Amino acid sequence: MSPTDDGSDTPAPGDAPLLQTVELTKHFHLGGLFSKQALHAVDGANITIREREILALVGESGSGKSTVARLLAMVYRPTSGQILFRGRSVHELRSRKDLLWYRRQVPMVFQDPYSSINPVFRVSHAVLRNLQLHRPELNRAQRNEELERLFEIVGLTPAREMLDKFPYEMSGGQRQRVGFAAALAVQPRLILADEPVSMLDVSIRAGVLNLMIDLRERLGVSMLYITHDIASARYVADRIMVMYAGHVVETGPAEGILADPRHPYTQLLLAAVPDPRERVSFTTSAAVGEPPKVVNPTPGCRFRTRCESAVELCSRVTPLLRPMAPGHMAACHVATPDPGFEAPAAAPTI
Amino acid sequence: MTALDASISRPPASSSSREALSRVSKAILRNRKATLGLVMFLVLLFVALFPDLITSKPWNESVVSSDVVAQCQQDAVAAGKVPNCAQFGPKWPDFPLGTTQLNYDVLSQLVHATRVTLFSTVLISLLVTAISVLIGVTAAYAGGRTDSGLSLLTDVFLVIPALPLLIVLSTYLASGGIAAIVFVMTITSWAFGARQLRAQGLSIRSKEFLEAARIRGERRWYVILVEILPNMLSLIVAAFLGTSVYVVATMAGLQFLGFGNVGDTLTWGTMIYQSQQAMSLESGNLWWLLSPIIAVAFMGTSFALLNYAFDEIANPALRKNRRRRGKPAA
Amino acid sequence: MASPLLEVRGLSVDYVTETVDVRAVDNADLTLERGEFLAIVGESGCGKSTLLFAIARLLSPPAEISAGSVMFQGVNLVTLVEDEIRALRWRDYSVVMQSAMNALNPTLSIAAQFRDAMRAHSTMTDAEMRARSAEVLHLVGIDEVHLVSFPHQLSGGMRQRAMIAMALLFTPDLVIMDEPTSALDVVGQRSLMTQIKELQQRLGFAVIFVTHDMSLVSHYSDRLVVMYAGQLVEVAATESLFAEPLHPYSRGLLDAFPSIRGPRRVLTGIPGSPPDLGHPPAGCRFAPRCPAVMEACATMPPELVAVGASQVRCHLYPAAQAEAV
Repeated sequence: MSPTDDGSDTPAPGDAPLLQTVELTKHFHLGGLFSKQALHAVDGANITIREREILALVGESGSGKSTVARLLAMVYRPTSGQILFRGRSVHELRSRKDLLWYRRQVPMVFQDPYSSINPVFRVSHAVLRNLQLHRPELNRAQRNEELERLFEIVGLTPAREMLDKFPYEMSGGQRQRVGFAAALAVQPRLILADEPVSMLDVSIRAGVLNLMIDLRERLGVSMLYITHDIASARYVADRIMVMYAGHVVETGPAEGILADPRHPYTQLLLAAVPDPRERVSFTTSAAVGEPPKVVNPTPGCRFRTRCESAVELCSRVTPLLRPMAPGHMAACHVATPDPGFEAPAAAPTI
Repeated sequence: MTALDASISRPPASSSSREALSRVSKAILRNRKATLGLVMFLVLLFVALFPDLITSKPWNESVVSSDVVAQCQQDAVAAGKVPNCAQFGPKWPDFPLGTTQLNYDVLSQLVHATRVTLFSTVLISLLVTAISVLIGVTAAYAGGRTDSGLSLLTDVFLVIPALPLLIVLSTYLASGGIAAIVFVMTITSWAFGARQLRAQGLSIRSKEFLEAARIRGERRWYVILVEILPNMLSLIVAAFLGTSVYVVATMAGLQFLGFGNVGDTLTWGTMIYQSQQAMSLESGNLWWLLSPIIAVAFMGTSFALLNYAFDEIANPALRKNRRRRGKPAA
Repeated sequence: MASPLLEVRGLSVDYVTETVDVRAVDNADLTLERGEFLAIVGESGCGKSTLLFAIARLLSPPAEISAGSVMFQGVNLVTLVEDEIRALRWRDYSVVMQSAMNALNPTLSIAAQFRDAMRAHSTMTDAEMRARSAEVLHLVGIDEVHLVSFPHQLSGGMRQRAMIAMALLFTPDLVIMDEPTSALDVVGQRSLMTQIKELQQRLGFAVIFVTHDMSLVSHYSDRLVVMYAGQLVEVAATESLFAEPLHPYSRGLLDAFPSIRGPRRVLTGIPGSPPDLGHPPAGCRFAPRCPAVMEACATMPPELVAVGASQVRCHLYPAAQAEAV
């Protein structure tokens, strides 16, 4: 892996992705000292994020999406597999200098606006700490200037008033914007957004979602948008990746996935999303059942127990992602690819 | 924060030092029990700092003139009784609480002993609280093996019977004086608070802002000191006050049993001990025994009352809803 | 014309604190017919859960009902004492809470909890109780082997359904639900809603369903009530509200949902926040955020008026032209 520079802002050359995971796997050991039970939170995930791209990772509980976020944020160490950021293997970074290099470029925005900000400090605290830790070249006056500028970028105006407030004086939507301000303070390449709007009122979500799009347009920041809401994923993301029970089951351009979902789980997900403008009835039998807790699994598709189209092969062989259409892949034995895409099933990366 | 929450919630503890101080003083003044406790504590503090303003008499010299003693002895001999010319009962204004068996003024002793008693109590409580916080919060935050190890240590100290340990240590360190008492009480009292603070630390640990701090690259000690502790401040203060009540009583009890009483350092506990040794009760000199006991109770009560205010700050659910005047009940 | 099952008139709920009384629900009027599915929709802090708890007489201090009546089958629930309420609870109306893990006792098996409920409200024999427990579990699609299970042994969806089963033990006329699906995944939510609707149609009970997610109830409720800042701002049949929302807030709310079908539109949402209920504004409470705000809105609070079969609280629909409710 070629070591890259000290984190200056030159974009990665050509087609090389910004972040790439290779067979990323995380198992959690269950039970006592002698138990051999392992919870397979994520298995063999191959995720790619490019420059100036918003990738949505969509899944329900137990899908592994939050675990992926924490693996990328270096909260967990992978059981196996690699995370490559700008060509460097992230979990081989050891020195504090290297760790800060990574953390500076890949910050995280959290789900719960009420517990992700320390209530005893003013809201500017986390932003200032980010500036102090990651941009030591700024002096005190420059830091305060930057603080104001960041608050304005995320729409918290008048900035001078806002940055003196305490969290309890702010609404949920405003707090989430503070979270984005803190993430932007480090001049990141990739923001990990873990369900940033799930706990906000519906009327406020649009503002924060629009902010995310705006940041991508204006500042060129990539984002990994983790959500259980495929509708907001469509709104915000260029590409969507669907996860189920620890596996990536479908990936492709957002509009392509919504228009023509190939994996039965994606189809189920889309059918379940209530759209007030549509009078669609929902009677699929897959409605019963829930995502499994994957402990010491056997090979086979993990969705087969709820799948209407399951065949005998599905319980023997774990399906791998294979191309269905340009840029669109699904891990399903019964999904039929477009003409010209019947490539043999292999372990590909997009 | 929803409209409803914003309307009825209170700001959190220690927003900024000045605001925190005003919040705390408001909470104390609003609560009658706490106000009383504060007043009592201030009285004690005043007496501790300026004993000479209360009494001009010395505490370690006889206040009964030798003439009086001589006269008393003569009278006794003349009446054919055993001379008992010490431990005079209360006599206003010379010695309102009587004298000790060496004819020292009890009131003066009481006043002068306040300083050592109060300061050593506070010192021990501070040390105990500091150790509890350090061990409890580190165990909660570090988790894993560190937590297991520290919890084991805490449990060991919890299980060791305190009183026998106190007695044994006091005997060994009998020559150490007050310092020995401080040491002995500190190491036997920290475990309880550590347990409590660990539990509270665990509940804060799951807050996302701590994860956020780690993800932005903060070091562990920074997270504990700067991010976690301020959130536990009111709980730590409450632990401190609670410990103080325990220390006041236990120290007096220890000294009453005869431990830690050293030469020149006079505490209320020592006074109780000495009055027992001199059989003051039997001699009819009630106040020598009673006054330090009341003083100990007074100090303990003041800390306990102050604790009420901090309970309310930490747990808004305990605040009584005082209906505004003039508003009819629904 | 049968009399309504539930009639709420002028109901107000205050949170009484030391500094200020906060009116969480202001003068609510509601009518519920037998077998009707009514949804109460609003965002955080609008008072919908408070209203629900007030109707069910489940409020605890510092919240208290400060005005109004709740006529349920001819009896005013507000004036009843606790014993009288207990006689009605579970037999005539029952409550399903937001999270099963909070409502179910984690140390008791499902059967034991059902038994507790039945013993508290009836004099059934053990055999009768066992039979009824199995029956209600079947109703919600849970195998009766789970009678001996503990709540943590069931999956999230099953737990919620067990709660609904418990609410149906006495086939009450009214089931009150406070966001029972919010702890579930998207697919699970859909499944539970379908189940609730089926049960409702089969057994004929009325439902008051509180949620922050308007689209969730769009295919299930007969009528919809939209609440904002403690007040009812629109009451309408579900279909007509979705087809043509009258109040600007309802309109804004509908538009705030990103859609998965059709072209991708730009979302605007409703910028701003709800007012501080401790110091409510003088005029219309939605005025600061309203895209259709007029001069009168800042000073005159609008009344709830009838517009066709719906009711709306907005100066866009002058009272002179419609009948005041």
